[in-house]
Amino acid sequence: MAEPLIVIRGLSKSFGGLRATDRVDLDVPEGETHAVIGPNGAGKTTLIGQLAGDLRPDAGMTRFAGQDVTALDAPTRSRLGLARSFQITSIFRDFTAVDNVALAVQAHSGHSFRFWRPARAERALRDPALAVLDSVGLGDRADVLAANLAHGEQRQLEIAMALATRPRLLLLDEPVAGMGLEESQRMVRLLGGLKGRVTIVLVEHDMDAVFTLADRISVMVYGRIIATGTPEEVRGNAEVRRAYLGEEATL
Amino acid sequence: MLHRSRTIVMAVGVLALALVPPAAAALNQPFYVDLFRRMMIFALAALSLDLVLGYGGMVSFGHAAYLGIGAYAVGILAFYGVDNGFLQWSAAIAASAVAALVIGAISIRTSGVSFIMITLAFAQMLYYLGISLETYGGDNGMPLRTRSQFAGLIDLRNPYAFYYLVLALLVLFLVLGHRLVNARFGMVIRAAKSNEPRARAIGFSPFRYKLVAFVLAGGACGLAGALLANQTEYLTPEFMHWTRSGEIMFMVILGGMGTLFGPVVGAIVLLGLEDVLSALTEHWQIILGPFLVLVVLFAKRGLFGLLPGEVLRDG
Amino acid sequence: MLFLMAAGLTLVFGIMNLVNLAHGSFYMVGAYLATTFFSWTGSFVAAVVLSLLTTLAVGVLVELIALRTLYERDHLDQVLATFGLILFFNELIAILWGRAAIYTATPAAFAGYIELAPRLRYPTYRAAVILVGLAVAALLYVVVTRTRLGMLIRAGASNRTMVAALGVNIRLLYTVVFGFGAALAGLAGLMAGPIYAVQPGMGEQILIQVFVVIVIGGIGSIRGALVGAILVGMVDTLGRAFLRPLLSTMVSPNAADAAGPALASILIYVLMAAVLFFRPQGLFPARG
Repeated sequence: MAEPLIVIRGLSKSFGGLRATDRVDLDVPEGETHAVIGPNGAGKTTLIGQLAGDLRPDAGMTRFAGQDVTALDAPTRSRLGLARSFQITSIFRDFTAVDNVALAVQAHSGHSFRFWRPARAERALRDPALAVLDSVGLGDRADVLAANLAHGEQRQLEIAMALATRPRLLLLDEPVAGMGLEESQRMVRLLGGLKGRVTIVLVEHDMDAVFTLADRISVMVYGRIIATGTPEEVRGNAEVRRAYLGEEATL
Repeated sequence: MLHRSRTIVMAVGVLALALVPPAAAALNQPFYVDLFRRMMIFALAALSLDLVLGYGGMVSFGHAAYLGIGAYAVGILAFYGVDNGFLQWSAAIAASAVAALVIGAISIRTSGVSFIMITLAFAQMLYYLGISLETYGGDNGMPLRTRSQFAGLIDLRNPYAFYYLVLALLVLFLVLGHRLVNARFGMVIRAAKSNEPRARAIGFSPFRYKLVAFVLAGGACGLAGALLANQTEYLTPEFMHWTRSGEIMFMVILGGMGTLFGPVVGAIVLLGLEDVLSALTEHWQIILGPFLVLVVLFAKRGLFGLLPGEVLRDG
Repeated sequence: MLFLMAAGLTLVFGIMNLVNLAHGSFYMVGAYLATTFFSWTGSFVAAVVLSLLTTLAVGVLVELIALRTLYERDHLDQVLATFGLILFFNELIAILWGRAAIYTATPAAFAGYIELAPRLRYPTYRAAVILVGLAVAALLYVVVTRTRLGMLIRAGASNRTMVAALGVNIRLLYTVVFGFGAALAGLAGLMAGPIYAVQPGMGEQILIQVFVVIVIGGIGSIRGALVGAILVGMVDTLGRAFLRPLLSTMVSPNAADAAGPALASILIYVLMAAVLFFRPQGLFPARG
């Protein structure tokens, strides 16, 4: 059988004395939607940062699509097909929505040492950008300045930027955080539509979203993954209940 | 994507600049040809800084260094009897661009306060180097033997010819700048300025693009330096002094950072103001200083920013 | 000397996150005030006390009037605003004292030399300057690491809002720190008086060197400021003293005469570039 898309072995990262991730092992096969849950400060965002290449691990290794990417930085990983959203919305606020997405397309279509032709007139950038915006439901907001979009729309825009890079793996850090009910349902529908077409690793606190979307779930506590399994298995896991679910009670 | 009102303002501005020499001649005030030529040379320098500062988000506080290198390239070549302007000016651009490459390669690795201080320190280093070059006048500077020669194509000793050459170069660089910042390259450096982690996450490695922007700006400013040497017919290390860097930076802010016409407006207003104030009192800087503070505190978008236009600031 | 400046500036930089180009102006103001008070009162001690207090007051005043609103702005605004202040102060000094350089006599008590070893004499005043520098270093270290004020300053540095939420008057705290930084610069200035010429613009010459010191040492680190100052001072002095003879052993004396001073004056910048190339955060990163 082919190697899983993501293979993590012994990944560790400390900040001062704090072990944010502690010898994490994780496999995510192609096509799976994998949720990472756990209490605040468990190291979930650190894990995402390490996967995306923003944080250098102290130890351990990461393989992506059969290639060792441990030493590669974020832009390089992005070009290999790894896209992400940030916990705190991260967009180009002073560009329009379509410019945001077109930039993502541009980053993946050759180098950008082109000094003369207006980028906004390039159909090769514009058309795919508009198509992706349409697919996340922002088609009619293309020319709105990103800063002026509603919070939920900005999160959708982030997904659009990630998709525009035609990723094999999507890393999502709390995609429905801070959203109202309607907004978060729309986001869950959007992500549900991607399921199967692209591999997703998602960190999320919203249990409805997690149990709706995830094929498998990993539970992280104090920097370690204490359990991995299908939603049913995780629900039934006694250790998980003790360490984590006990606090949130209703599942 | 130029806003109509801005296009009109620009056109009017260029036209007004073109009319300065005849107006000065009519009023019998040839001094103004000189003043406005100087303004436009600094506008070119400010424009090059704006590429780095306004579009690239790099607070380079040593931009006068390239002005100085450009001027010295012309001066030193002239010192050895090379008066050919094509050679001199190419040398000015090349030398500044190389200096920018070295300085940029080291300083762009840092950011924030460090970046400001490193660019500043490099400029000071070149300033002291200029002072210690006894052969070329040391801290007294030296006169330029003759203005650059262009094989009879254009005679810089004719103040009008020189004026229109500077104006043409300024317009050329405005056009080049406009293409540049809206092309793929410009989109990348602006994106990196807007949100660098995001730019990296979608797959850009900003360092190379920023460095190229830095080098382009250095080269353009070197050309401004070559013009300046011809303007003053004298060169001194003062061209590279850090207060000069501060002035150029202030021109950009005053006119409107991240716009193309802003630096031009800023250069004209600042030098005009200096001219007026210095006629009033020897201590004109005591007025200029607080004025600068006020502009920073209250008019962040600059004069050009006060005009109606796109928030996107395309220039 | 360099250290005093650097310490004051690095305090302001690192803790208040404010790029203050006008720091050199406080240095200059301190030097001028000390010179003036000295000639009025005839007492060096009185001059020191008076000029320190006045520089502190000037610092506080500047902070209150101009810089308060700048903390939340980006570095660019801070650079420009303080650049404006420099122009202002230089002209003000030029109006009040004139443009020519003035010289201060070394106070009588420190006029002599001390014999470090037979035939190796060192001016007492310079030795005193070094001692003061070390004393200030020790004092700063104690204040910042041991006292309540120091704790607040450090807390304020890492999280402004948090400290404010705890009921500490952060604005007052910043004003105090800024005034203190200004006074340190003033102290450096007044001590520089008898050694260098006192003239408008003197602040800027040293300011750039101070930047180099801070960048080498690591922004916001007092220990870094001390090490950086010693390093820069030594490289600069040694460079000026030995580079020319050293070069003349390698190339012709004429060429050495020409290149020596040039190289010496850029040596500290080369040092800085080298340090940054390997450690972009400086030798002693303050945090993280």
